[in-house]
Amino acid sequence: MKIAVCIKRVPDSETRVKIAADGKSLDEAGVKFVLNPYDEFAVEEALRRKEKAGTGEVVVVCLGPAAAQETLRTALAMGADRGVLLQADKIPIDPLEVAKVIATELKSTTWDLILFGRMAIDDYNTQVGPLVAELLGLPCVTAVSHLDIDGTKGVAEREIEGGIEVVDFPLPAVLTADKGLNEPRYPALKGIMAAKKKPLEVKPVQPGGGALEVVALTPPPERKEGRIVGEGAGAVGELVRLLREEAKVL
Amino acid sequence: MTTLAVLEQRDGVLRKISHEVVTAAQRLGGSVEAVVCAPAQVQGADQVGKFGADKIVTLTNPAFATYAPEACAQALAEQAKQGGYRTVVFAASATGKDLAPRVAAKLGVGVAADITDLAAEGGAFVVTRPVYAGKALLKVRLTAQPAVLSLRPNVFTPVERPRAGAAEMVAVNVPPGGGRVIVREIKAAPAGTLDVAEAQVIISGGRGLKEPANFKVLEELARAFGGQAAVGASRAVVDAGWRAHADQVGQTGKTVSPSLYIAVGISGAIQHLAGMRTSKVIVAINKDKDAPIFKVADYGVVGDLFEIVPKLTDAIRKLHG
Ligand SMILES: Cc1cc2nc3c(=O)[nH]c(=O)nc-3n(C[C@H](O)[C@H](O)[C@H](O)COP(=O)(O)OP(=O)(O)OC[C@H]3O[C@@H](n4cnc5c(N)ncnc54)[C@H](O)[C@@H]3O)c2cc1C
Ligand SMILES: Nc1ncnc2c1ncn2[C@@H]1O[C@H](COP(=O)(O)O)[C@@H](O)[C@H]1O
Repeated sequence: MKIAVCIKRVPDSETRVKIAADGKSLDEAGVKFVLNPYDEFAVEEALRRKEKAGTGEVVVVCLGPAAAQETLRTALAMGADRGVLLQADKIPIDPLEVAKVIATELKSTTWDLILFGRMAIDDYNTQVGPLVAELLGLPCVTAVSHLDIDGTKGVAEREIEGGIEVVDFPLPAVLTADKGLNEPRYPALKGIMAAKKKPLEVKPVQPGGGALEVVALTPPPERKEGRIVGEGAGAVGELVRLLREEAKVL
Repeated sequence: MTTLAVLEQRDGVLRKISHEVVTAAQRLGGSVEAVVCAPAQVQGADQVGKFGADKIVTLTNPAFATYAPEACAQALAEQAKQGGYRTVVFAASATGKDLAPRVAAKLGVGVAADITDLAAEGGAFVVTRPVYAGKALLKVRLTAQPAVLSLRPNVFTPVERPRAGAAEMVAVNVPPGGGRVIVREIKAAPAGTLDVAEAQVIISGGRGLKEPANFKVLEELARAFGGQAAVGASRAVVDAGWRAHADQVGQTGKTVSPSLYIAVGISGAIQHLAGMRTSKVIVAINKDKDAPIFKVADYGVVGDLFEIVPKLTDAIRKLHG
């Protein structure tokens, strides 16, 4: 099994968001960056598929700044075989430009699977996987929470409102990983040591500008100061009155 | 200027979220053409004229009996190219999130995904999207032609603005066999369970419920709302196997914007807030008066949920009874 996994370096979800002086971007000072949590599911799935097949290669690919080498090392420590950093100082705002850079890198190799996370927890774009699939002309299943593969036949499950879709697809394919697909492993000390010696290729890239322009990044509107209605079951009457008369939701 | 509003159907019935798509498309000015992929006439499609569609096109093919991602994407991209629309609007539903990028890529553009606001500004569009787990809002100007957008569900409240709503059926060709990616079956949730992503009222439970069986307290409260309420969950109880992942609200679960969100025995971790902070009214019930959930709650009750929730259920039953 030859598997590519596209991974992104993102601010940890606990990060306090401070807006930079330009009013358009995140102030990165003091921000801790991590491997995008959905991409952990994708890396884990790739490793399990390779382990099951007994042979193969898992290549992790990241578009990002020099510091994203650390993100790639995390995936290598989990067990991926080698990494490719598509190095650019700025990740384009337009997801299509991200997809183009990734597709260009992946197109010269025949992969059995190309895995993505369902979404990046910083930009919430939820689309680089299917965009790359379209650019490469490959079949794609998104938000996969269960996967069976038998030879070149795959069956995936994905959650939809009120149910689960069971989807047949042929390999090679592009899949995006949702929570539930597996339990990602933590890199063991041995893996972390081994990762330092694994190949990590750095390729400078020049993404296009795209058709999106940031106007502003702002804090969300403060929710109107809430109030404690009271304590214990005795407060229920007042709560219901407020929901009816003030909030008008009952 | 014409906007293409992409509607959704399941089992031949128009999904309600379609009204939100038409309503948002209306806000861009100009005329609105609605389109839906279906095997035959869609029940409820004639209603979208009421919400401001000038025309409703049903693209028909037997392959559209279940969601056929590749066939739908091809048919919609062709429709979008032929019509020369300025904008194509999807819902950021489970299907829309899958379909919009496929169509956008065929049109040579990206998607402005999961937007919560939009405006036309001097020939371009400015849209707002929550980013960084809802801790910031990103405003972007779209210069793509066409602009492809997807809308966060439950944000664009349907507004009635009757238009002609002329209906048209067009049989379309699809890739052989309906495409390579085939939805073989939908395992439906038990009848009568409402999905958290679609409910007007959500009662979510967390670790404070103590054990899985206690969720019946929340299910009773949900039932008191007479079929409009769903029971949600924090990740802690989903990971513990108490509740299904489909019920999880938050960053690694669903993003919801109901009229009323009641968080019961949930501390209010940032990743939970990411999924529910755009709810219209938030109520928190928690025994710890310093729990972070009270910071986003409009109304809080401090105390033991096992005493408070049954009383609330009684009160709601009386209102609806
Ligand atoms: C990458 C990442 C993604 C995540 N994604 C999500 C996500 O999508 N959704 C999510 O929810 N979490 C998510 N989390 C987890 C999140 O950080 C919290 O751990 C989780 O939300 C806590 O769940 P909880 O509120 O049920 O439990 P706790 O934090 O343990 O809170 C339980 C609450 O119950 C109260 N309580 C206890 N007994 C009673 C009683 N008898 N009556 C009233 N109140 C009582 C307590 O005071 C406490 O506030 C994520 C974490 C990470 C790192
Ligand atoms: N800069 C990037 N480098 C590598 N992979 C990426 C990058 N951005 C997004 N991805 C992949 O695409 C998925 C979806 O991201 P997004 O569409 O931005 O929400 C992520 O989970 C990654 O797998």
